[in-house]
Formats: sequence, C-alpha cells, structure tokens
Amino acid sequence: MIAHTFFFYTFSLIAIISAIMVIASKNTVHSVFFLILDFITISCLFIMIGAEFLGMIMLIVYVGAVAVLFLFVVMMLNVAQQKNQWFEATSGYSHMPIGLIIGAVIFFELIIVVGGWKHKPDLLSTKIINIDQNITNTHSIGNILYTDYIHLFQLSGMILLVAMIGAIVLTFRKRSGIKRQSYIRQISREKIDGVSLVDVEKNKGVIIDD
Amino acid sequence: MIDIGLGHYLTLGAIIFTIGIIGIFLNRKNIIVILMSIELILLAVNINLVSFSVFFNDLVGQIFALFILTVAAAEAAIGLAIIVVYYRNTGTVHVEEINSLKG
Repeated sequence: MIAHTFFFYTFSLIAIISAIMVIASKNTVHSVFFLILDFITISCLFIMIGAEFLGMIMLIVYVGAVAVLFLFVVMMLNVAQQKNQWFEATSGYSHMPIGLIIGAVIFFELIIVVGGWKHKPDLLSTKIINIDQNITNTHSIGNILYTDYIHLFQLSGMILLVAMIGAIVLTFRKRSGIKRQSYIRQISREKIDGVSLVDVEKNKGVIIDD
Repeated sequence: MIDIGLGHYLTLGAIIFTIGIIGIFLNRKNIIVILMSIELILLAVNINLVSFSVFFNDLVGQIFALFILTVAAAEAAIGLAIIVVYYRNTGTVHVEEINSLKG
C-alpha cells in the first residue's frame, strides 16, 4: 500500500506537471513531447491499478500513433519557429483572467460533483459486469468486447475507417503536370493508334512529327 | 492520505481536465495546441472511467474507455487533416489570424 501511494503521487505529479507544460510551453515541439510524457505516465497509472490492457493500448494508440501524428504535423507545418508571445495581449485584451476564472469554476464544479456523489451510494445498484480476478484483464475484456459489445466494436471500426478516408480526402491534392498510369487507356490502345505505315521516298527520309 | 482511493484518481482526472480547459482558453499560439488540449481532456475522461471501473469492479468502464480511445484517434486524425488543409490555403495556423468566420 505504501508503494501504491508513493507511485500514485509520483506519477500524478509528473502527469500534472507535464500537462501544464503542454499548454505553457513556448515551443510546439516541446508541447508534443510533454504530451507524450503525459500519455506514458497515465498509462503507467492504468497498469498500476490493474487495467493493463487499456494502459498498453494507450501506449500504442496515443504514443505510437496520435502523438507521432502531432509531431509530424508540427514539424511539417513549420510552426515551431513561430516563437509567439505567451499570454501577452496583442489585440487589446488578454484571455488570461477569463480563462483562469472559467478553469477554476470548472475545477470546483468537478470537485463538488465528486463530493456530492459520495453521499449517494444507491447509484451503484445497476447491472454490472464483475471483474473476474482469476483471469487476466486482457482476457476478460476480450470476453465481453467480442460478445456483448460486438456491434459497438464494429461501429468503432467504421468510425476509424471514415476518419481515415476523411483525412485522405481532405489532404489529397491533385497536381497538374504529373504523368499517371491509366490502365484503361493502356489496354484499349490499338495498333492503329500507335503505329502508322509511311512510304519513305528515296533520299528524303521521314519527318517525325512528335 | 496514505490510502489511495477512488477520490484521488478522480481528483487527478479533474485537475488534468481543468488544465485542458485552461489550455483551450489561454492559447495564443497555434491551433495545434488546442487539439492537444482536447486530447488532454479526453485523457482525463479516460482516467475517470478506468478508475471507476477498477474501484467498482465493473468492466464496462474499461470497454467504454477503449471506445473513447478510438474516437480520440479519429478526431486527432481529422483535426490534423483540417489544420494541414487550412495551412496550405492560408499559410498560417496562428489562432488570432484565423478569423474568417468573424466569430
């Protein structure tokens, strides 16, 4: 229990500090690096409290795909060089007070919700799927993900497919001046289109009109 | 203080959620940082779901967190594609210069 406490405070401190650094860092590339650190820390927390499968999936999906995507776009768009002012007003007024006020309000609302929820224990009386301690986390998730939630699982696959097609369609750009291969034109090409017989006159040669 | 319970994890989720909200409001730089703040918010929601799932011994929370992960990945891909297209058209992703909707 002491080790659990120690690791929880260590990881949550790292997570909070890196989350602050994500929004406060001047360089966008550093922000992405701190985002990666945040994801890794939270996945360590997940693994620590017994959701191993989700922690590992978070490592793969967030750190391996999403964060690298962010890094890729940040480096491609050349925004890292834009050393912009941080919290300084350029257009007359600053967002700093209103942002802090709204953040504080939301935080206290969340805390109040958690505190008020503690006095309402009858919310627990819903149908639940118990975690079986005898089999692994991955095994139990697989047991219900592919049976009870198979439609939602396939629907999430459709969401990913639509997102992939959407991203491709959005960023696709038709360039002019690129020679592409057209199978239809290649196959439907006849001998008449490509070859022509020319009577060559003596001592004159052929003028190739290309 | 020593005994880590559900409240600690929920508080951690609330803190990260608030940091994400503040990041959206206080952002004066490029719009990519706003997307990263949204990722932070989704991460906080995942923390809440997983901690509820573990402490209430109910596996459905982890399934739900998995679906949120899917949606977050799709959202990041689409958002970054939109940002790339916008940058290609206007040459900037600066928050203050994106005002063609006059909002």
